[in-house]
Amino acid sequence: MSEPGKHTGPAGPTRAPVIQPGHTFGSVTDRISSVVLSERMPRLWWLGLGVGFLLVTVLLVAVTHLFMKGTGIWGVNVPVGWGFAIICFVWWVGIGHAGTLISAILLLLNQDWRTSINRFAEAMTLFAVACAGLYPILHLGRPWLAYWLFPYPNTMGMWPQFRSPLIWDVFAVSTYASVSAMFWYVGLIPDLATLRDRSPSRAGRVIYGMLAMGWRGSARHWHRYETAYLLLAALAAPLVVSVHTVVSFDFAVSVVPGWHATIFPPYFVAGAIFSGFAMVLTLAIPLRVMFGLEDFVTMRHLDNMARVMLATGLVVAYGYMTETFMAWYSANPFETYMIMNRFGGPYSVAYWSLIFCNVLMPQLLWFRRVRANVPLLFVISIVVNIGMWLERYVIVVTSLHRDFLPSSWGMYSGTIWDWATFAGTIGLFLSLLFLFIRFLPMISIFEMRTLVPEAEVREESP
Amino acid sequence: MSRPALYGLLAEFTNPTDLVAAVHKAREAGYRAMDAYTPYPVEEVAEALHVHDRRLPLIVLIGGIVGGCAGYALQFWTSTIDYPINIGGRPLHSWPAFIPITFETTILVAAISAVLGMLALNGLPTPYHPLFNAPRFALATDDRFFLCIEATDALFDEQETLRFLQRLEPRSVSEVEP
Repeated sequence: MSEPGKHTGPAGPTRAPVIQPGHTFGSVTDRISSVVLSERMPRLWWLGLGVGFLLVTVLLVAVTHLFMKGTGIWGVNVPVGWGFAIICFVWWVGIGHAGTLISAILLLLNQDWRTSINRFAEAMTLFAVACAGLYPILHLGRPWLAYWLFPYPNTMGMWPQFRSPLIWDVFAVSTYASVSAMFWYVGLIPDLATLRDRSPSRAGRVIYGMLAMGWRGSARHWHRYETAYLLLAALAAPLVVSVHTVVSFDFAVSVVPGWHATIFPPYFVAGAIFSGFAMVLTLAIPLRVMFGLEDFVTMRHLDNMARVMLATGLVVAYGYMTETFMAWYSANPFETYMIMNRFGGPYSVAYWSLIFCNVLMPQLLWFRRVRANVPLLFVISIVVNIGMWLERYVIVVTSLHRDFLPSSWGMYSGTIWDWATFAGTIGLFLSLLFLFIRFLPMISIFEMRTLVPEAEVREESP
Repeated sequence: MSRPALYGLLAEFTNPTDLVAAVHKAREAGYRAMDAYTPYPVEEVAEALHVHDRRLPLIVLIGGIVGGCAGYALQFWTSTIDYPINIGGRPLHSWPAFIPITFETTILVAAISAVLGMLALNGLPTPYHPLFNAPRFALATDDRFFLCIEATDALFDEQETLRFLQRLEPRSVSEVEP
């Protein structure tokens, strides 16, 4: 193994470090790759995968029943035609956004603390988008014709309606899924080579070897690799903003009170980042304990993520305020009624719960002691996740259930199948995440090596 | 070249500073056909090797332009020529509505060009490479830094180059079978 770490780097940062001192290239490689290469996984991993897999079977049952009976098994009906499917779609897409934000935007801003969380945040993006992508397809009624959404020459002689936000959504989400997958895979290539070279089994060497595509760390390769990685980050950064903007257009381009608002795109993007960071915290806090990775995911990371949550939470709160203000300032009776109905109507419990979860609870993050309290941070992150789900519930249901004509008013609630599908996608997400942790390095090994003090080339050459 | 059956000579270093110094000395000695191998990107090594490849940004730019034009052209052609639908006399060429998809296809094709361009320029996938025959080379993806002077270099001489590399005080020097 290599020599003990030589501390020749600059004086330590004033805040908690992004990597605990004393690590060398070898110890970073060992610690992260050992999670993948070890024979045994901790009991909690089996528990997590077990729960996830159980819920996947619930999803399979729910989807099978849906395919047999149709969308009538869900709670959607006139006037609320967009129920859980759209609520959960927006929720999952939003969760995915923190992964891209951490990996792309923080890379462009040269934030070295992103390094130990970007890999699993990107994985989280992919799995969240996979869960999100299921919903619109399941909601189609005839999901086996989902390919009709794509423009291809067909015997019907028809093309998609490109002026519809729903088609924009197809392009935005599929582009987002593709670019996220490519970004994630490109980031993995050098680490796959590390696993190829360290795997004790022949199967591991062959499989990781094929995935690594013959990567050997050549300086010429690294040069183009870094260019490609930066360009991908620069492309992904505006993409992530555009995706949730297009998702908000699904609402904002309509004329329904409570949806037809120009604040929607920025408010949705901020909400997406808010919920995404909450989900990263929800996942990172147990994982760092489960696999003993506190050296790499330090208090500095948790503190920074809490700050981003606080900042985006305030933008979301501003969005709620603007909605209320515009309802009054527009002097439009339908807008005014919509907001009064949210405050005091049949769904007011959901509205005030979301205000508690998304506006009041995050205010605790102003205090340094709260940001340093890991269990409390975990609780706040879960509360925010629930709050963001409620936000989409309120937006979708309160606006639709009482629109312009009282004769068409109605009530909506999810059925057991709505809940089963939602629980099932959570299971799908958990299963994919735990399998990812088992088979791929959850922290970028090569990027962590750059944080080791020895990694800098010293001026005086020997 | 007594034995042309050699791919090159591989010197192993334990830290990036030594590797950068070695690359500088090898350039000074006149060696050109060489490459360095590091477990993470080291900018100084690329500079020392005079690696300048500016093709990838151009490939990505072209990819983005092609993606954007193709996305817009698809919408223009389907909406105004192949399948025009008159909805209350609204214009068929409603360009603002075409912008979101144009943006997405621009990003998509540019990103695909970045990934495929990087792989193609790097010659990946490479199922076989002589360096993988060197037993210690597996450490290039862990904690070691390598310099390989290749047999194709005009100055390469097995004995002479071996002596040169040993003067750089590497941790080890090994022959790489082709």
